[in-house]
Amino acid sequence: MTAADVDIAVLGAGPAGSTAALAAAQAGLRVALLDEQDAPGGQVWRAKSAAILSAPHTPESKAGAALRQAVADSSIMLHPATRVWQIARTGDGWQIDTLRDGATDSLTATRLIIASGAREVVQPLPGWTTPGVIGLAGATALFKQNLTVPGARTVVAGTGPLVFYVASEIRRLGGTVAAVVTPNTRRDWAGSLPAMLGKPALVARGALWVADLMLSGVPVLWGHQVTAVEGDTRVSRITAQSVTGASTHNFAADSLCLGNGLMPQVEAAQMLGVPLHHDAALGGWVPACSDDGVTPVAGLYLCGDGTGIRGADAAVHHGRLCGLRAAADAGCTSGHAMDIARRNWRRAARFGLAMTALSRPTPALAQLASDDTIICRCESLTRRDILAEIGSGATSTNAVKSGLRAGMGPCGGKYCQTSVARLIAAETGVTEGAVPPPTPRPPLRPVPVAAAAGQFDYDDLPIPKPAPL
Amino acid sequence: MIRLVPNHADRIRRTAEVTFHFDGTTLPGCEGETLIAALMRAGVLHLRNAPHDGAPRGGFCAMGLCQECMVRVDGQVVEACRVTVTPGLQVARL
Repeated sequence: MTAADVDIAVLGAGPAGSTAALAAAQAGLRVALLDEQDAPGGQVWRAKSAAILSAPHTPESKAGAALRQAVADSSIMLHPATRVWQIARTGDGWQIDTLRDGATDSLTATRLIIASGAREVVQPLPGWTTPGVIGLAGATALFKQNLTVPGARTVVAGTGPLVFYVASEIRRLGGTVAAVVTPNTRRDWAGSLPAMLGKPALVARGALWVADLMLSGVPVLWGHQVTAVEGDTRVSRITAQSVTGASTHNFAADSLCLGNGLMPQVEAAQMLGVPLHHDAALGGWVPACSDDGVTPVAGLYLCGDGTGIRGADAAVHHGRLCGLRAAADAGCTSGHAMDIARRNWRRAARFGLAMTALSRPTPALAQLASDDTIICRCESLTRRDILAEIGSGATSTNAVKSGLRAGMGPCGGKYCQTSVARLIAAETGVTEGAVPPPTPRPPLRPVPVAAAAGQFDYDDLPIPKPAPL
Repeated sequence: MIRLVPNHADRIRRTAEVTFHFDGTTLPGCEGETLIAALMRAGVLHLRNAPHDGAPRGGFCAMGLCQECMVRVDGQVVEACRVTVTPGLQVARL
């Protein structure tokens, strides 16, 4: 027997991670649930800040509140506001190094479930680094946590259903939508209808968002993309063009919400040795795991959007399935519950995968960046810089990183590596999946050197014997 | 004009307004809200200049990943999307 602090540690308290933790705790195991936010909910069910005393409920706020209550009522040991920056094998379990309120700590667990969720893909375009341009997913975080809109007059642009949700929330919170610009056509959406019919309530909600925009006279430009953002210290004008280039529209606006779908956050699993494969239908690089979330790495399980973008509904069922599987492996079996969770997950995933397909960046979006457009925001590296590096023989994201530092800035490559890989694929004539994924390096999140070093006495530092002269 | 999505702005109740400081100017915010939201409502989006080309930058991912909203708060470099507003908070552009 190990003397681990808990039987199961769950990283990420979104729909998948929280539900996995609940399933394992209900099976009788000691479970710790860690998340960098102040409360469970993940991005999709993010909790309101302490500054919001009351506000009208939304489907997301209700689902989040129910989840937070369930976690609070359970035996789960919740570690909120805790950033995991390092994970290591220890004996037959795991050691998880955390940072909370500037202080480091660590936790040991026999089994580890990672529910790292997704992050947004934003295809670079001229002016996208101007203050006032934020991610579509970032906008939803602002709405849910702070009920704040990004500006007085906002253009909402990008692929998939998120543009309509963001536009509708801006209107609900008192902002003005200057236009909605999406490369998807109405025909693209019609093609997804069969897969969407399993979730009629979500279809009805989406239809209401679009109908509201049209009745209110907000321009909805189907088959269009934002091609340029103007402004110095703040966005002032947005240009949109039809995908065919036939028509151009200009909008005065002080903000732009921009996004092109989600990708799984695989770095933690990848660092622990889980192999990846590329599947564009799942959002890009996904880690190897069974439907139940079992990975080839003993004692490591994965669930939710971190295993492929299937959406929040599917994540709940996947979390339950994975939590039950980890509990079963720990000797706590649960009868038919796993079969039910697996069936529900597959049904919900059908809708989620149709949304992922609509959200994928279209090929035309990759052409928007000019030579002067910044690709790596942290290091201010332009498309010209990246292309020159590829031209001199760099055919992997790691090679571009070694040569230019693209991916070595504070964000750790989270917002440039996909774009760099696409440029390599286009320049060398291979598919995106043929460009190896970037190698992640610790720390998983920024950690102050003083906190990582911990408490020590200089006198205790070993001093090596000087080399003989 | 017909609205299918109602305007809920008047139905949101926030904590009492406090003030904080951004590069010498005094700005309003609500205690406990995320700093980036208070700055946005005050119209402050330019939070730092990029270290390599000096170009203006502001919050982008709003969820602690991109590090674009780094500001100096009480001497520490932190993400404005992960700090909450407290009365008298001293914030400086990087």
